Amino acid sequence: MFLSQGWCGIAAIMSSASGADPTNIFAPAGTPANSIFSLSMLVLSVTGAIFLVVTGILIYVIVRYRMRRNSPDADQEPPQIYGSNQIELSWTVIPILIVVMLFLATTRVIYTTEHAAQPKDALQVTVVAHQFWWEYRYPTLGIVTANELHVPISDPKHPMPTYLTMSSADVDHSFWVPRLAGKMDLIPNQVNTMWIDPQTSGLYLGQCAQYCGVQHAKMLIRVYADTPQEFAAWVARQQQPAANDPAVAEGRNVFMHNACISCHTITGTVATGRFGPDLTHVGSRDTIASGSVPNNPANLRRFIQDPANFKPGALMPPMHLNSHDLDAVTAYLTSLK
Amino acid sequence: MSDVALAPGSTNVTWNPPARGIVGMVCLIIAEAAIFVIFIVAYIYYIGKSLSGPTPKDVLSLPIFTSICLLSSSLTVHAAVSALRRSQQHLCSLWLATTVLLGGIFLAGTAHEWYDLIYNHGLTIRTNLFGTTFYSLVGLHATHVIVGLILLSLALWFSLRGQMQHHHSEKLEVLSLYWHFVDAVWVVVFLVVYVLGR
Amino acid sequence: MATHIPLDEMHAPQQMGEETHRKLWLEVLHDWVTTVDHKKIGLMYIGYALFFLVVAGFEALLMRIQLAVPNNSFVSPEVFNGLFTMHGTTMVFFVGMPILFGFGNYLIPLMIGARDMAFPRLNAFSFWISAFGGFLLYYSYIGGSGLYGAGSAPDVGWFAYAPLTARVFSPGHSTDYWTLSLLLTGIGTIGTALNIVATIISMRCPGMTMSRLPLLPWLYLVTSGLTFVAVGPLTAAQIMLMLDRYLGSHFFDTQAGGSAVLWMHFFWIFGHPEVYILVLPAFAFANEIIPVFSRKAIFGYPAMVAASVGIGFVSLSVWAHHMFTVGLGPAENTFFVLATMAISVPTGIKIFNWLATLWGGKIQFTVAMMFAIGFLFQFLIAGLTGIMLSVAPFDWQLGNSYFVVAHFHYVLVGAILFMLFSAFYYWYPKITGHMLSEKLGKWHFWLFVIGFHLTFDFMHVPGLLGMPRRIYTYEADRGWMIWNMIISSGAVVQAVATLLFVYNMVISYFKGPLAGPDPWDAWTLEWATSSPPPSYNFAETPEVSSRRPLWDLKHPDDPDSDYESGPGHRRQAKEKSA
Repeated sequence: MFLSQGWCGIAAIMSSASGADPTNIFAPAGTPANSIFSLSMLVLSVTGAIFLVVTGILIYVIVRYRMRRNSPDADQEPPQIYGSNQIELSWTVIPILIVVMLFLATTRVIYTTEHAAQPKDALQVTVVAHQFWWEYRYPTLGIVTANELHVPISDPKHPMPTYLTMSSADVDHSFWVPRLAGKMDLIPNQVNTMWIDPQTSGLYLGQCAQYCGVQHAKMLIRVYADTPQEFAAWVARQQQPAANDPAVAEGRNVFMHNACISCHTITGTVATGRFGPDLTHVGSRDTIASGSVPNNPANLRRFIQDPANFKPGALMPPMHLNSHDLDAVTAYLTSLK
Repeated sequence: MSDVALAPGSTNVTWNPPARGIVGMVCLIIAEAAIFVIFIVAYIYYIGKSLSGPTPKDVLSLPIFTSICLLSSSLTVHAAVSALRRSQQHLCSLWLATTVLLGGIFLAGTAHEWYDLIYNHGLTIRTNLFGTTFYSLVGLHATHVIVGLILLSLALWFSLRGQMQHHHSEKLEVLSLYWHFVDAVWVVVFLVVYVLGR
Repeated sequence: MATHIPLDEMHAPQQMGEETHRKLWLEVLHDWVTTVDHKKIGLMYIGYALFFLVVAGFEALLMRIQLAVPNNSFVSPEVFNGLFTMHGTTMVFFVGMPILFGFGNYLIPLMIGARDMAFPRLNAFSFWISAFGGFLLYYSYIGGSGLYGAGSAPDVGWFAYAPLTARVFSPGHSTDYWTLSLLLTGIGTIGTALNIVATIISMRCPGMTMSRLPLLPWLYLVTSGLTFVAVGPLTAAQIMLMLDRYLGSHFFDTQAGGSAVLWMHFFWIFGHPEVYILVLPAFAFANEIIPVFSRKAIFGYPAMVAASVGIGFVSLSVWAHHMFTVGLGPAENTFFVLATMAISVPTGIKIFNWLATLWGGKIQFTVAMMFAIGFLFQFLIAGLTGIMLSVAPFDWQLGNSYFVVAHFHYVLVGAILFMLFSAFYYWYPKITGHMLSEKLGKWHFWLFVIGFHLTFDFMHVPGLLGMPRRIYTYEADRGWMIWNMIISSGAVVQAVATLLFVYNMVISYFKGPLAGPDPWDAWTLEWATSSPPPSYNFAETPEVSSRRPLWDLKHPDDPDSDYESGPGHRRQAKEKSA
């Protein structure tokens, strides 16, 4: 009855694929995830076959050789068999052959993924993980942003992969967007690289996959795969200096005269902190608190009031602003499109 | 039939499994060796990775004399065991005393070296990666020397009081195995810290 | 039934048992605390482990309640992180290790015809220092002034990756409790392992050559050998962590050029062999229980020994398969893929040999055997998901996800815990002199099987759907909720089944039918003495001439010794009796 529950489960997900399950590893949307998917199908069929054969033998044995109380020789011990070298040899050699086959297939994918030749026009992004958010820096484009990674889609005919150079500012983290690629750890004092090449535009979700402290659970990843036009427009907007709307000058004033500036950067102002996310274009993001809540004035206000409202354990302290100042700062940050 | 039937009285079979003390000490040495391997790996891994000085080349000098003392104490402890096997208790005491003395000289050498490093060169365990790995590895070894010296001194005490007899030679041999191990580890530590790492 | 030779029961120990009842509780306590008897120490190990099994199981239940629905706030993130750290640490160090050492302590001297362990006092010391380690860890709930004030358990995860454990990221003392308790337990573990090796090598009764050693002591020998080389590195790494935290050294201080990856290497050099340290004793139980209830000798004894030793050696070179995603580079990854896959060969040999032992037997479905068959089936699946995880690119997706959690719980619960239950049903009569209720046992088995498969079959699924481990809550839009709901409900069923088992143990102790010395018509030496055995085990030191001394005794016309030794090496038995 319970024989194949797990395997039915796997089959069920694989058939339901994409759509409802935004982080399904069996719904690949990029080259690395695709090659892992093909390899995993091979592995699943080999292990599935082994499972069926061995379970078949097990069931046969326990049914066929169960103790029968009413058989004539019930009080006799069965013949004692101590072993057989030929049989031992056979079930040593056959698994070795299977292992060699799987090993070769695996090695091929390891090298094609980890040693992939890098096209000249590949986009370079530096990813720095922090407790508990993501910093994305585009050194060639002069853009610094947080938590929402924008990359161009990659057409198989004109590959435009994005190379991520990764490190950590504090503890170990791991970057995992299942539909695009396998995960890669971000480790302090070490630089790792990985690449992604989403082939259809859209939003790809993921989250930190290495336990990194209190708020590990809410260290979400959002990768926006943009069409070339969308991407160009996004880059152009991000390269603008921070908006300086006189209507929110009061909020700006509150921001610049509080501790905010020691952790956050807003280009063109005195705020040059690097401990927290860059807020130059925070108003243009869809979410705040590393993807945990939508970016709207109400949420933003609650977050500034006390980040623990959404992310208990976040390193930003509650700012103890009065209600008036809270509204002003919220309006200012919202204006930073 | 009771369990008596299991022993059909054929006691003429020779049955000499290895002595449990020796087996136990060999096991302990394997486990201790695993601990040392990890500290040695850490030492080698961090050679040249310190972000600031002093470096091993600046401050370390070869402890040749004390090393010779420690290594020769392996011979003297072996001589003590052989003497006890031949029931020569006095000779055994003499060799044990020599071993303790040689071990003591080694320990004094280490103490002098550390004093020099800390007060004249300003190298402590928190100075840099070299300090971290040096003091922990050499210190771990020195700790083993101290434990060995305490046990050897106890043996010497018993021996001087005439309480160490021929039939204790196996126990003394177990202790000597430990001391040989401490010496062998020093060879590796010496090569890693003072030859490879310098 | 086969010709059963009744073995006289020893009366002395039961009289002693009645006397114990009349003693003051203080005397009883004094008796247990000061004992150096391997059986009492073994029982204390087992009792201690069962206590922590219930504690850590309760922690698991709390976590499953929290995860049953998305964005739940049943416990805070701080509490949740402490729960999974304590659950993992407890289950590995204060349930798995002590319960296996407990059975080893109890059974090994009996099976090799010895009166006690090689070093009885070291044995007591090792137990008490391990036990102290466990209580020290839990004292952190009261005394561990951590990041959130007093009473915070360590929350760095059971593998405590650096630099999260550094003073900067883990202020307070909760991490120190974790380190110290593991250091102490490590000392106890090495002591007991040393004792087991010395006992097996030096205390065997006359005639018991290494090739006649029953498989249980053989596998305990491998496990203990592995313990030296695995727990040593853990101890070393803990010392380094202590130095970092207390003396300001820089082993894992990434700010001063230290390496976070070095800790991962050191931890997993311990951590992976540890899995085999835990699973080899489970294999050892299977090697004793499956033959007895198949009524056949174990198939391929030399192959089983060779496979166990092989697993021991290969398991030392597979640790970095826990680190496929830390950026070791393709060459290193490839090596560890090969080593990890290679270990499936000796493991496969074991499964096939068990199947061959069943083949042609007369299988008796006692509760012990049912759990053993459950073990075979689940261990097969655990092995196959292990092969999936050994494929490095597949691991880039599956690593640190719920798929991994499901995989290792399949090993730890589906294989090890099932085999432990089997061992309880098999050896309980020897230990207490009373049979466990088979009726309650069947309820226990089926409930536990259902609960287990509900929880751990379906736990693979959220992993495939991208759910990482160690998150205290998850987003509603990821499609993980239904699976988590099923997983949590299965956990409740398992908890009920476990309570039933505890109830069975208690009630059978008082009301279970008397077992007699050899209730299963078995073949190894522990069944040659009374149940429970007297403190001196055997009135006279037994002498053996084959692997199954009681088979020889019961079948004097067709003893095993005809087939096992001698230059002829006739493996295939002829049916002499027919």
